[in-house]
Amino acid sequence: MNPEQSNPERLNFDPGDPSSTRNLQRTSSSLGNNDAERKPGLPSASAKKLANGLGWFSIGLGAAELLAPRAIASITGVSKQRTGLIRLYGLREIAAGIMIFSQENPEAGLWSRVAGDAMDLASLGNAARSPNASRGRIAFATANVLAVTALDVICAKQLSSNGGRGIHAKASCIVNREPGEVYDFWRNFQNLPRFMRHLESVTDHGGGRSHWVARGPAGMQVEWDATMVADVPGEIITWRSLENSDVDNAGAVRFERAPGGRGTIVKVNIEYVPVGGVLGAAVAKLYGEEPEQQLDDDLRRFKQVLEVGEVVVSDATIGGTGYFEQRPARPASARELERADTLPSELGTNYESDYRAEGRMTQS
Amino acid sequence: MRATCWYGKHDVRVEEVPDPQILNRQDAIVKISSTAICGSDLHMYNGVVPTMKSGDVLGHEFMGEVVEVGREVRNLKVGDRVVVPFPIACGVCGFCKAQAFSLCENSNPNAWIAEKLLGHSPSGIFGYSHMTGGYAGGQAEYARVPFADVGPIKVPNHLSDEQVLFLSDIYPTGYMGAEMCDIKPGDTIAVWGCGPVGQFSIRCAFLLGAERVIAIDEVPERLQMAEEGGADTINFRQQNVYETLMDMTGGRGPDACIDDVGMESHAPALIFAYDRIKQAMMLESDRPHALREAIMCCKNGGTISVIGVYAGFIDKFPMGSVMNRSLTIRTGQAHVQRYMRPLLKLIEDGAIDPTFVITQTLPLDEAPRAYSMFNYNKGECIKVVLKTGSNGNGNGFSTTAKDDNYTVIQ
Repeated sequence: MNPEQSNPERLNFDPGDPSSTRNLQRTSSSLGNNDAERKPGLPSASAKKLANGLGWFSIGLGAAELLAPRAIASITGVSKQRTGLIRLYGLREIAAGIMIFSQENPEAGLWSRVAGDAMDLASLGNAARSPNASRGRIAFATANVLAVTALDVICAKQLSSNGGRGIHAKASCIVNREPGEVYDFWRNFQNLPRFMRHLESVTDHGGGRSHWVARGPAGMQVEWDATMVADVPGEIITWRSLENSDVDNAGAVRFERAPGGRGTIVKVNIEYVPVGGVLGAAVAKLYGEEPEQQLDDDLRRFKQVLEVGEVVVSDATIGGTGYFEQRPARPASARELERADTLPSELGTNYESDYRAEGRMTQS
Repeated sequence: MRATCWYGKHDVRVEEVPDPQILNRQDAIVKISSTAICGSDLHMYNGVVPTMKSGDVLGHEFMGEVVEVGREVRNLKVGDRVVVPFPIACGVCGFCKAQAFSLCENSNPNAWIAEKLLGHSPSGIFGYSHMTGGYAGGQAEYARVPFADVGPIKVPNHLSDEQVLFLSDIYPTGYMGAEMCDIKPGDTIAVWGCGPVGQFSIRCAFLLGAERVIAIDEVPERLQMAEEGGADTINFRQQNVYETLMDMTGGRGPDACIDDVGMESHAPALIFAYDRIKQAMMLESDRPHALREAIMCCKNGGTISVIGVYAGFIDKFPMGSVMNRSLTIRTGQAHVQRYMRPLLKLIEDGAIDPTFVITQTLPLDEAPRAYSMFNYNKGECIKVVLKTGSNGNGNGFSTTAKDDNYTVIQ
């Protein structure tokens, strides 16, 4: 596997200048716009053209459904009593069309069309079961919807394989420790799963190479190899994932001395292409997995581990701090404790709290 | 164990829940002997505190005996008798080092919720919504106490539970309310709200050198208790607060005003209705009548000390009065850990006897009735202490007040 080999699905992360904080932001705008590294198949311009065509189709069909539902019912062989439903579908079509035209990357609009197609097919299937259905017309309509669905899926996939949108998240915190110590703790990658909730394990292979295992959305396991791009003790660590990663990602952690000797400011920037593309990210969000929120919580736990020696848990948060993960604020039963996945014992105990060792505090 | 659980507005139940376990290495488990209902618990009882979940264990004023310690607890051992402060504080972050314990950066695992509502998060608090951590509270037989070396204070055996229990919250809170006034000898201090915290603010204001304290409330029994503490009183149902205060201070206004009321202020009909309607329509979350009045009454250049609890947003805040008249507003959840030792000393020295505020002592199982009584019968019920264990299940509970006016409803 050659990490230098270019691949259109990879992030163009190249933090050539480790002190620049803008490298990561720059990569996000370069995603999907790099014509030289396009994947074989439909070029991005045609995907966009196809999307536009489908957008106009959406609006046209929507207008027809909205204004002439009886005619549509007659063409598709659906009962004429269903005009209310057809009008609603018309609104849905128009909304999808507007979504396609109003966004720089119409991928989400296309996926919403795919979802709409599924609804149409389900409705046609229902109609076919009705005793006085004109089956020929329904079959004809179904064939047409299937053809359009195929186009929608192809177009949506094209748009996402052109990069879609990588997710960018940043967060920062202040840790009451010297930059050198904070860097050392982070640089020892085995420590990361102790405060990064989605990481299962990190194995450092030396020479800047490491292997990462994490939990993705819906409990699936994702893995990747990463290489360090920059590593300046006490200042910065940057990395990017290598070929054949389940989740393409890149990131940087900076360590800065806080003014007034008040510890270390830790700034993290990460960028990744989410599992399942934009749709996957939207689904993850439904489960309360907001990337920036996660990173923020990870950093809070990082601070806790360094300052008090372990991750602090309450009765409500033994299953996680997400909105849907909260238990009531009451002691957990033995069974609940067994299942809890954020208990400090599982997050490792090798880093002994040393807060009582005077002199290690940067501020008192 | 038995614990007092929140199930919704005006729905509090004592039920069986699992015993708490050590979860962090600096935890201790405390077997609770005495606990109390705080005025701020009524905000949850009345359903105005966001981020509550059905089944949450309530209570943040409690004391008892240490029965188990985590392996990194150094200052406490099994058998110690301790009072536990309501804010949970790590003792090592920048804020704890600066003695601002209720702003601890490490004790609220749900800080993100507080950040969404408040911009930044305060410390964790026992039994006080998920926004402040989602920690089970202490109106129960046992509690898990995180950072056991930092919070709990050992208390001498010759002092009764009732004498020291309020070191957990209302006594330091009332004290901090007075301390934030920066009282100079001869000052006149006005105190809005004669609930338990207000009562301590009154007495602590005198201890800190105030010459005159004027207490404002509507409940005769509470005003009477304030008078017993040396205050002059104003009943806002009978007197216009602004005019009376100006009369009493030669038109200048009090040197400092303490808001011991918070977000569920009561006021003469029209203003109250205005805020109550806005609150019901979620146009404001808190009713700030006492705070508005305190600002308008305070002397030029004076201090407004806000120790009553606010949770969200208020409306019609007289910022023009604050700015043009050089007022100082000071606020905060009490940094209890900072005050426990000196305030315990005042009890030992006999300078103050916190038991004066207790009107009822009941077994833990009576918590639902105690909540209802505290919420609806503010005259006869000023402070309820709940007892657990063998003390708590027997009969023979009676009022500990000096006066037969305070009786337990049977």
